[in-house]
Amino acid sequence: MSSETFVVAYEGHPADPAVLDYAIIRAKAEGAKLLLVHVLEWSAYSFLTPQEVEERHGRRKQELSRANEVVMAPALQKCEAEGVAADGVIRYGQVVELILEETKKASASVIYVGRSGSQSMAARVFGSVTLGLAQLAPVPTVIVP
Amino acid sequence: MFNRIASLFALVAALLPVQAAAQGIDETINTIFADYTGWYVALIFADLPGTNFSWIALWLVVAALVFTIYFGAIQLHGFAHSISLVKGDYSDPDDAGEVSHFQALATALSGTVGLGNIAGVAVAVGIGGPGATFWMIMAGLFGMATKFTECTLGVKYRNEYPDGRVSGGPMYYMTKGFKERGLPGGKIFALLFCIFTILGALGGGNMFQANQAHAQLSGVLGDYPGWITGLILAAVTFLVIVGGIKSIAQVTEKVVPFMGIFYVVVSVIILLMNFDQIGWAFGRIFEGAFTGLGVLGGFTGALIQGFRRAAFSNEAGIGSAAIAHSAVRTKEPVTEGYVALLEPFIDTVVICTMTALVIVITGVLNVDPETGLYVWNAEAGRISTAGEVAGVELTSAAYAQAFSWFPALLAIAVVLFAFSTMISWSYYGLKAWTYMFGEGAAKETIFKVIFCLFIVIGASANLGPVIDFSDAMLFSMAVVNVIALYLLMPIVKRELSSYVGRLKSGEIKRFKG
Repeated sequence: MSSETFVVAYEGHPADPAVLDYAIIRAKAEGAKLLLVHVLEWSAYSFLTPQEVEERHGRRKQELSRANEVVMAPALQKCEAEGVAADGVIRYGQVVELILEETKKASASVIYVGRSGSQSMAARVFGSVTLGLAQLAPVPTVIVP
Repeated sequence: MFNRIASLFALVAALLPVQAAAQGIDETINTIFADYTGWYVALIFADLPGTNFSWIALWLVVAALVFTIYFGAIQLHGFAHSISLVKGDYSDPDDAGEVSHFQALATALSGTVGLGNIAGVAVAVGIGGPGATFWMIMAGLFGMATKFTECTLGVKYRNEYPDGRVSGGPMYYMTKGFKERGLPGGKIFALLFCIFTILGALGGGNMFQANQAHAQLSGVLGDYPGWITGLILAAVTFLVIVGGIKSIAQVTEKVVPFMGIFYVVVSVIILLMNFDQIGWAFGRIFEGAFTGLGVLGGFTGALIQGFRRAAFSNEAGIGSAAIAHSAVRTKEPVTEGYVALLEPFIDTVVICTMTALVIVITGVLNVDPETGLYVWNAEAGRISTAGEVAGVELTSAAYAQAFSWFPALLAIAVVLFAFSTMISWSYYGLKAWTYMFGEGAAKETIFKVIFCLFIVIGASANLGPVIDFSDAMLFSMAVVNVIALYLLMPIVKRELSSYVGRLKSGEIKRFKG
């Protein structure tokens, strides 16, 4: 078994299992372990109403537990069932920045990312996560259609 | 929800035919208002015996000075650290997703930056002359220490509930802090503070806002009865705070900061256009600060107006910011104190000064060409102005000297500022209300409905009684809050020493920069 780690930028869309499936196949073939990174978009510089400020801590707890239950736990179970060692991380912040940070931290050798279906204006103007990773990643990045 | 909206429209429609009687309603509300609140206003703004200096202005100035000295001019040596905290240099990345220091500051600022900076400054400069600006800046600078004290305590003694919600503010540090120090009367203080907060929320946080929003709108659209503006504003506020339509509040929260930035940018442009006069304007401000330059009461007239407006604008010592700041996620209460001390700086020292400079430079205040003194309009009780306007209309007129389109934009900004301040104050008032009466949907709705009704009253009443009443309520909050701050300041000092010690030793980690 190699000591390689592959990072999976895991959005957790039910309609988007391809990236995880492919990463599992590659990890199996190369004896690598997977690190699933799920990022909840968040800016420390957004504006909140007083009511939102009051409720933020509770909301964060709910969001984290939901992300864990709905996104991360089923994905990790799937990896386990396939016999691939996997860890999961859920973070708040800017998606590309945090995936790169986790990649460096885990000394991962490859990043797997799904081809985002987003054709929104924001994605066109500011670039999608896929493009961001492709441009900035210090390791080979595999875009899974 | 649709039933509620429908019933609101029905109410508005039913009231339209009585427009003819509207002026009568305005006058009736004014008379009742002045009759019932006049004595209290007189008490709060009573002069010290043998002087024309009101005791309440002295109260706040002395408090700000005491806190400045007691904490070794924290606003000066702590300023750079405040900026670092807001930038997130000391924020643990694992806490991402919680309320950041920046967000707590922005939310608190959206409750304070607003009409105080636009209309309030015009009132201060209109009555106290340019010299009022100097005292306003001084009050803002010293007030930073007051804000530091109250917001540190707000975080330290907040209540955290099992569902993750956080409630804090002076009523909590009064009860818990007094108990910790073995002092009696914490509950009575908290109760008094809550009563004043509710009335302050209905006054300065509501009626003053509605009143000035109407003044600005009628200035642009032509004169029409205030209750119409009041009803519309009340309906929208009702939809947000009772109907829970968050999108309206969220849009406002996002638009208001940009309006604030835009306001500052326009002010800077006007100042740059009159670059050669900036030195002269500062000269008038300094000269006026110590002579009055013809205003009633001279030096003290300028001083009182400056201090009154600064306190009304940045709310240092009032206690409201302690409510807004208490929900931030931090292990160190002092960090929130550091962040909060930026508020009076941004609000008063930067934004209020901009407004004052534009008013002085554009020459909307009438000057006697022979003496160089301002022309006093004794009947109106203020400096005579171009077109004899006051309050927000004076600011509007001053900015219109440079940009003719500005009044229309200012009208939109004023309404948005007013609305955002109302949302903030409805929250502060609600916190005080639920502290007194307990939490529960029905109890909370009662307060929210009362809040909306006061918007209509505020928009209908004349400027004088509304400003006086709202000032009186806010300063009443400051009376109890400042006493509590004096009694609890040793706790803040202990927190500060411990924090600074750990910061120096490297125990408190810097994550960025």
